[in-house]
Amino acid sequence: MKASSCLAANEWICGEYVRSRSDELVDATVQHVWITLASVGIGLLVSFPLALVARRWRVLTGPVLGLTTVLYTIPSLAMFSLLVPLMGISASVVVTGLVLYSLTILIRNLLTGLDAVPADTREAARGMGYGQTRLLFTVELPLALPAVMAGLRIATVSTIAMTTVGGIMGYGGLGNLIVEGMRSLFKAQVLTASVLCVLLAVLADLLLLGLQRLLTPWARAQRGGGTGGRGGGGDSRGRFGRVGRVGRFRTRAAAARKEAAA
Amino acid sequence: MGTIADAWTWLTTGSNWSGPGGIGVRLGEHLYLTGMSLAIACAIALPVACWLGHIGKGGTLAINISNVGRAVPTLAVLGLLLLTPLRMHGDWPTVIALVLFAVPPLLTNAYVGIREADRDVVEAARGMGMSGPQLLGRVELPLGYPLVMTGLRSATVQVVATATLAAIAGGGGLGRIITAGFRTYNTPQVVAGAFLVAVLALVLEGVLVIAERLLDPMRGRRTDGRASGRRTPAGGPGTPTAPGAKETDVPAGEQKPAPAPL
Repeated sequence: MKASSCLAANEWICGEYVRSRSDELVDATVQHVWITLASVGIGLLVSFPLALVARRWRVLTGPVLGLTTVLYTIPSLAMFSLLVPLMGISASVVVTGLVLYSLTILIRNLLTGLDAVPADTREAARGMGYGQTRLLFTVELPLALPAVMAGLRIATVSTIAMTTVGGIMGYGGLGNLIVEGMRSLFKAQVLTASVLCVLLAVLADLLLLGLQRLLTPWARAQRGGGTGGRGGGGDSRGRFGRVGRVGRFRTRAAAARKEAAA
Repeated sequence: MGTIADAWTWLTTGSNWSGPGGIGVRLGEHLYLTGMSLAIACAIALPVACWLGHIGKGGTLAINISNVGRAVPTLAVLGLLLLTPLRMHGDWPTVIALVLFAVPPLLTNAYVGIREADRDVVEAARGMGMSGPQLLGRVELPLGYPLVMTGLRSATVQVVATATLAAIAGGGGLGRIITAGFRTYNTPQVVAGAFLVAVLALVLEGVLVIAERLLDPMRGRRTDGRASGRRTPAGGPGTPTAPGAKETDVPAGEQKPAPAPL
């Protein structure tokens, strides 16, 4: 009796809401997750060749970065609305908008990571007979991975937050519930969806952090004073040292976010 | 492309510009909300950042506050604030939400700017007998100025975008034109409103870039190798860089682009 009264009283925290609308919450979360995954995935696929082009032809670096920055300045609601005449009201509008936003962060971090590969390492690999493609995939990308992963984490977390704006046209995952709750002044719905959204962001960040640890075991080995780096040698030591510092900042960041969520 | 033509017709119709819900009034509301929130956010964030940067403490807080800001959806905060009793107080819930999202970029960038001011110069100034306030006002602030302005720019982008979202909850501003268009299935109006919002965001960004150049306390003096090397981003000094792009030698990820433009 007491449990269902919190719905009638429109309280902020309502267990009955979570129980009775669990299907709706699960559907919204699933939509949120797939919109995010599609956006970040496509963003990564688009930004990788763009970053390589911008690196190969330095004249293009400025225009590519400048253009993505201009896109980044456009407010999300305006971005989605401007895409409506092109695609109609659909999930692809939201995904396209989010892809455009993620490009700024991903291209910048890809370029930073690739530029930071020590010239000595590159020379050594070339001397060993590595071609362009092999050099890129077996030496440069692994060394750029910490910067790329940092960008991926930022892009993922902000995409999860921004997906909610898609709620204005019904394709915003948990944002649908937030918009609906705002219109009907349904407190429990807005709060529950918001908290789930932040939890998703924290979870995604931790998962990506774990993935980064798995993919770059040499960074940890080096930090612990272990053997030398994989392709790096002495020159990359300072680099990994810095990565270690970022890593600690990020762990604290995650902790702070958890606190914020609680 | 018929929608684009219709949107243009909507924009060039005089009656849409005047009246209580016209573009003129909405633009005024948008600028008022943006200006007021930025002023309050600066009044809160800049003294705190100056003080923390000067004494060199609280770095974890200053850096992580922008991580937290990125993970929390602006729409959620707007929704939650609008459901509190504050709802009865006109624009205040919107202004509070805008301030909450403007403070992190301002605080983080200003802190990093002051903290990363050339230590040799700071030590020299201290050796010359400058007091704490003198050191802050004459050395650390002028040297950290580019990053303080970067923070202001990303805060502005954020506030303009969030003010647009306030319309979903029934607030004022140009976003109202978009949401009204969605509600009445008037796509030309949605596109016209989105166009206005995008132009406003880009114009404000441009104005701030010009203001940054004109007000630079080190104007004309930042030409020697060390100082200019510090300022030149990959795209050249003329590129409208993303917040966080104009970075110093901070590793990627630690100094990150602005929180998502929500």
